[in-house]
Amino acid sequence: MAVPPSPSPQFSPRSLMRSPTSPRTLFSTAMTGLVFLAAAIALLPLVAVLAYVMLNGADRLSLDLFTQLPPPPLVKGGGFGNAIIGTLLTVGIGAAISIPAGILGAIFLSEFARDTALASWVDFLNNVLSGVPSIVVGVFAYSIVVLTTGTFSALAGGVALAVLMLPIIVRTAAESLESVPNETRQAAVGLGATQFQTVTRVVLPAAIPAILTGVMLSVARAAGETAPLIFTALFSQFWVNGLMQPTPTLSVLIFNYAITPYKNQQELAWAGSLVLVALVLVASILARWITGRRP
Amino acid sequence: MSLLVEEIMTLLARDSQGTINQRSRVSRYVDVGFKWLTGFFAIAVGLTLLAIALQVANQSWPAIREFGLSFLTSGTWNPVADQYGAWPAIYGTLVSSFLALLMALPIGVGVALFLSEDFLPSRIQQPLVFLIELLAAIPSVVYGLWGIFVLIPLLSKLGLWLHQNLGWVPFFSTPPRGPGMYVASVILAIMILPIIAAISRDALVAVPSELRQAAYGLGATRWETILKVILPSAFSGIVGGTMLGLGRALGETMAVTMVIGNANTVSPSIFSPATTIASLLANQFAEASGLQISSLMYTALILFGLTLIVNILAEVLVRTMRQRL
Repeated sequence: MAVPPSPSPQFSPRSLMRSPTSPRTLFSTAMTGLVFLAAAIALLPLVAVLAYVMLNGADRLSLDLFTQLPPPPLVKGGGFGNAIIGTLLTVGIGAAISIPAGILGAIFLSEFARDTALASWVDFLNNVLSGVPSIVVGVFAYSIVVLTTGTFSALAGGVALAVLMLPIIVRTAAESLESVPNETRQAAVGLGATQFQTVTRVVLPAAIPAILTGVMLSVARAAGETAPLIFTALFSQFWVNGLMQPTPTLSVLIFNYAITPYKNQQELAWAGSLVLVALVLVASILARWITGRRP
Repeated sequence: MSLLVEEIMTLLARDSQGTINQRSRVSRYVDVGFKWLTGFFAIAVGLTLLAIALQVANQSWPAIREFGLSFLTSGTWNPVADQYGAWPAIYGTLVSSFLALLMALPIGVGVALFLSEDFLPSRIQQPLVFLIELLAAIPSVVYGLWGIFVLIPLLSKLGLWLHQNLGWVPFFSTPPRGPGMYVASVILAIMILPIIAAISRDALVAVPSELRQAAYGLGATRWETILKVILPSAFSGIVGGTMLGLGRALGETMAVTMVIGNANTVSPSIFSPATTIASLLANQFAEASGLQISSLMYTALILFGLTLIVNILAEVLVRTMRQRL
């Protein structure tokens, strides 16, 4: 820290400097060293996880991976085409439920009920909902879908994922709608637009990039979710041909194959991790790029 | 509750009055209908939490009636004799989360300080903030896979050394045999660190710069300023972030299930395998039936209650922090 020389004649400039060996300065330097260390420790696992996933996953990266069925133990080759389709299906169902519901709910919070106790309560419950453990959400989906329909299914997995995606979408959508300047609303109403027109033609389009960011992040998170799927979508070694049957997903495949002793299946688990991590990375970078572009 | 209902009614009834040209009836219906539609979904979002609580409580009722509160303290989990108790799982959940907090809190706050004070030019700071965020985005199951093949071999070597040299300490009293409580808590620490760091950073950035300038002006060193002025004023936010991290640790499932060893035991040693409520659910739910399902639902209800308390506390703390901005 640069200390300007003292203009006062009775102090020499040096009296404002700290001795580098005084205990106070030494303590400060040591603590600064410690936070640099903390940052290094925090980044180490990220680098390690990314490196191992890339090294171990890249071996198996080929077209077969996306077009073939998982092999039985001790058989070479194979892929996880069915799990990719299953993940697309369950995440698709989750998105189809949670995106419209979340955006409509957010429109109410931001456009019709802003700064009311009701909005504050819904916002509070929504935040608490986002903290509910994903496995408990799985139990919930099990009890309302699996128990009523009598079968593990993509639908049950999709419902569980929808509950997990909902709070993220509501929060990001409400935040982005609220950040649309009020002048645009006043201008629209001044031109004679109805409330419905103002929201759907003016406010919503202005907020779309930011809402998309939230949607993308929630989709990426849902694709990686495992806990709510292991007893709702379950797993299957075969191709998906219907919504109402056990459905394989990439994340459950990683879990199942990580704990087998078979080398080939372990390799598939690493390759699956690479696909999931790549998806998350792309979504995060895209999201940052979109939000970064906004003025 | 009736106040809320009244508020909904007034909100929905509030319509444009005294317009110059009456709008067509259809356009007014569209407006009101749209408002009702969005209101319905907003309230549905709020009620989802309630629905989860009621549904899980309802399903666990047979087990609650059968075992009552002794479920919380009993250590048997025997599907053959249909006797269930959740104490080892509750113990494992609490201990693994506590150990994770112990590791993640100092490092998380350190990272938050590193990324909020002017240690670095902001051109370097911003990408680092993004990298820490990424740490939170990696799927739990990927951490688990990495834990099995990388972390367990690494940590069991360290654990063996601790056991051989400090084996008289109860925490290190059993030799590490691969998976166990210690690996689970390290993985959990890695996973909650970005949450603690992000929320603490928000709280630190929100501290008014006048406070900092005043402390520097009085001759405080950088770290006297941080420890005596900045950290105390960001305290509630940091505690809120810690609670959010704790909530995540309590309910984290996949990574923990894959490295904790899943043994229904209670041991003081951090090297012995253990179990948590979440991993118990992950392991047994798909194949369970009858009273076992109901008992698992009961444990899920306990987990739900635990995380609910922690998350509500966190939410209240973070809200007060945000309001002070």
